[in-house]
Amino acid sequence: MVSRRDILRFAGAAAMASGIPGLTLARADSDARFVLVILRGAADGLAIAAPYGDGNYREIRGELALPGPGDSGGLNKLDGLFGLHPSLPNIYEQYREDQALIVHAVASPYRERSHFDGQDILENGAAQVGSLRDGWLNRALEPLGGALGDEVAIAMAQNTPLVLRGDNSVTSWAPSQLPDAEESTLRRLQDLYASDEFFATRLTQALDAQAIADGEAGMGQMRSRGNDAEQLRTLMHAAARFLTAEDGPQIAVLEASGWDTHANQGTTTGSLANRLGGLDNGLLTLQRGLGDAWAKTIVAVVTEFGRTVAVNGTRGTDHGTASAAILLGGAVAGGRVVTDWPGLRGADLYQGRDLQPTTDMRSVFKAVLAEHLDVPETHLESVVFPDSKSAPPMRDIVRS
Amino acid sequence: MKYDSAIAANRFGLGAKPGELKRIHSNPRAWLLDQLQGPSRLSGDLKDLPGTAEVLVEIQDLRRKQREMRDAAMDQPAPDIVQKYAQKVREHYLAQTDARYRYAVASDVPFHERLVHFWSNHFAVSADKQPMPAVAGLYENEAVRPNVTGNFTDLLFACEQHPVMITYLDNQRSIGPESTLGRRANRVQRERNIGLNENLAREILELHTLGVDGGYTQQDVTTFAKVITGWSIGGAGDTGRFAEGTPGEFEFRDSIHEPGDHTILGTRYSQRGVAQGEAVLRDLALHPSTAKFLASKLATHFIADEPPVDLIDELAATYLESGAELAPVYEALVSADAAWTKSHSKYKSPHDFVISTLRAFDHVPDNTRFIVGALDLMGQAPFRPGSPAGWPDSAEHWGGADALYKRIEWSNTVSRLVGARVSPVELGDEVLGPTFSAESRKAVSHAESNVQGMTLLLASPDFQRR
Repeated sequence: MVSRRDILRFAGAAAMASGIPGLTLARADSDARFVLVILRGAADGLAIAAPYGDGNYREIRGELALPGPGDSGGLNKLDGLFGLHPSLPNIYEQYREDQALIVHAVASPYRERSHFDGQDILENGAAQVGSLRDGWLNRALEPLGGALGDEVAIAMAQNTPLVLRGDNSVTSWAPSQLPDAEESTLRRLQDLYASDEFFATRLTQALDAQAIADGEAGMGQMRSRGNDAEQLRTLMHAAARFLTAEDGPQIAVLEASGWDTHANQGTTTGSLANRLGGLDNGLLTLQRGLGDAWAKTIVAVVTEFGRTVAVNGTRGTDHGTASAAILLGGAVAGGRVVTDWPGLRGADLYQGRDLQPTTDMRSVFKAVLAEHLDVPETHLESVVFPDSKSAPPMRDIVRS
Repeated sequence: MKYDSAIAANRFGLGAKPGELKRIHSNPRAWLLDQLQGPSRLSGDLKDLPGTAEVLVEIQDLRRKQREMRDAAMDQPAPDIVQKYAQKVREHYLAQTDARYRYAVASDVPFHERLVHFWSNHFAVSADKQPMPAVAGLYENEAVRPNVTGNFTDLLFACEQHPVMITYLDNQRSIGPESTLGRRANRVQRERNIGLNENLAREILELHTLGVDGGYTQQDVTTFAKVITGWSIGGAGDTGRFAEGTPGEFEFRDSIHEPGDHTILGTRYSQRGVAQGEAVLRDLALHPSTAKFLASKLATHFIADEPPVDLIDELAATYLESGAELAPVYEALVSADAAWTKSHSKYKSPHDFVISTLRAFDHVPDNTRFIVGALDLMGQAPFRPGSPAGWPDSAEHWGGADALYKRIEWSNTVSRLVGARVSPVELGDEVLGPTFSAESRKAVSHAESNVQGMTLLLASPDFQRR
């Protein structure tokens, strides 16, 4: 039987002759997988990995300080200084197996406190606001086959986040409840779009993703309903399917919002704890779905900036600067907290209120790209992260 | 058919309904400008919606019951109360989305309605935080709708002092550390730090007025947060402490207002009480950064993702000259040459796309649940932009591959449901006029069925761009 995918591919071949990019799906020559999870809204790094061993922690965090390791329901001990939030049991399990790493006091080069500019800088990889229109991860795709029109990366969303936008071909996918359009309609649309690159490229990308989804039992029935945690789990499940599919992408990007905890953020229970639980659960779903591929995977969980060290007037925290990032997966040299800890005394804080950044987020990304995905360092320096000499790739975080 | 008619209806309106292009043919510009007078009548759906105060009180009662049950020795609130709460919120949300989309699809003043949606997005609240789903549509009608053609200062006041915005950005919780209540509380409870929440102050400066590059500092944010402490909601308290004021309506609480003079952006404000924050808002509305920011957003929304700089300058100058009057700015926009260019560079957002497909069929749905679901799938769930920044306004953002696929699925679905009555080619001429390209026309005319022809029409680049 001729599958729908074959039909479309045939139609695509005709289009390729007319110079439309994005029609082949050969995978780059690597088993390495990379998943980027962006926590939008500025997740509180001091709650994710709390510095319980810092003598100033309890006083300055006040009622938001988490109970220490050993206390009932308290932090899970990472080392003598840090403990992991108790709502992250799966990540902790990975940590104990040396497959999870926390990078603390980390921040992008952005030093103001707008979510939206902060996310732009996190995603476009620029040294300052407004200088780049495409995303660092898209620019990194070029040596991975992206320049040939391969869809090496997928956004698990209807629309592509900035980090993946750019010249290199990527695709996106999210669950649907609408009935499929007929094949002949799709084919006619391919013809109609042939002279309009914007539409032609996107339809081809969507059809490629759709073909993988169709080939995977159960994905057609996926629903986007449910609360945030359920939706994240659905997307993690689908991401694992894409990343393990033959001809599938090597890189996936997911987003989770709702981390802007200005009021009543809670401690071991409450709104932030629930959200962390949903994240932990989603990551477990991803890990299980990847199966053997987990051994060659790095997941990076990052956010645009951190939150104030002190509690604000409404039992929450306001916009801050440095936060924590989580790396996990079989390819991570984990079981450690990597940080040049700046301390929490008043004089240690950035502008007297925020955790002082001591590690540049770009150093983390560069290490993953260079050592895990084999992106050449010259390409990293000149194209992916311009003006980033001050942020050399972090060493020894990828398992060799 | 004049080319300008199609531009007026599609670029500035919500997409042509059958017959609309003929109606506006004689003078497309006048058709647009006449709409600045506002709608002559609002639909029954919109008028019949309850007021925000009523809904907030109802929801607060349900929450109180939940809490009482929990406190009455039971660990969990009774499931039927939880269910009832969720159900109530959903009922309100659907009634408001019904009213919004039915009105937009039917509207004979679609430029005016676009402006309502534009400003509602500029002053966005998001239904992913409780109890926003139950009140986001009411906020649009109460704070935004009456003010879109007036003075920006009034629009700004109406939004920032609306109970929905106050709640969304936590301002009812923000307490001046030196206020009567702040001092007392901090004396009694040393552990708990009672005080400021910067959320509303920051977003007013960053998102509603000056823009992120508008020249303010962290100090300005913190000071402004102090100035607007006390901007709260009547009956907001659970314990009776904040019970004064009309429940669910704006209430200024002197007891939590930070006293004293304050300096923001170099200007010293020595007013007392609510007047101090209002004076800051007035100055912000007339600030050149605000003029530029608003001009840029309007031009980006209607004209191009990267609009001509001189157009932005012209709109900003008009705004400042008129003292923040909005109608002259819209007039300048509609009068600009750039507004009528034949390059159709704007890619419709899912919201605008879905409304325009239904307008093309002149089909006002009884129940808009399927619209809500479809928009969610396309990445633009009604009233849920996910952040106070509102939805972005560029093809870069909306141009996801999967989102295009969902638009095609939607085109197919809606064509099946309501599109079988007329010939697709005739409909294309009817709603796209001279902007219906020869290629699209040919593809549509060669379709193997009516439904397929309609699907191709709606999914065509001509229809998805404006």
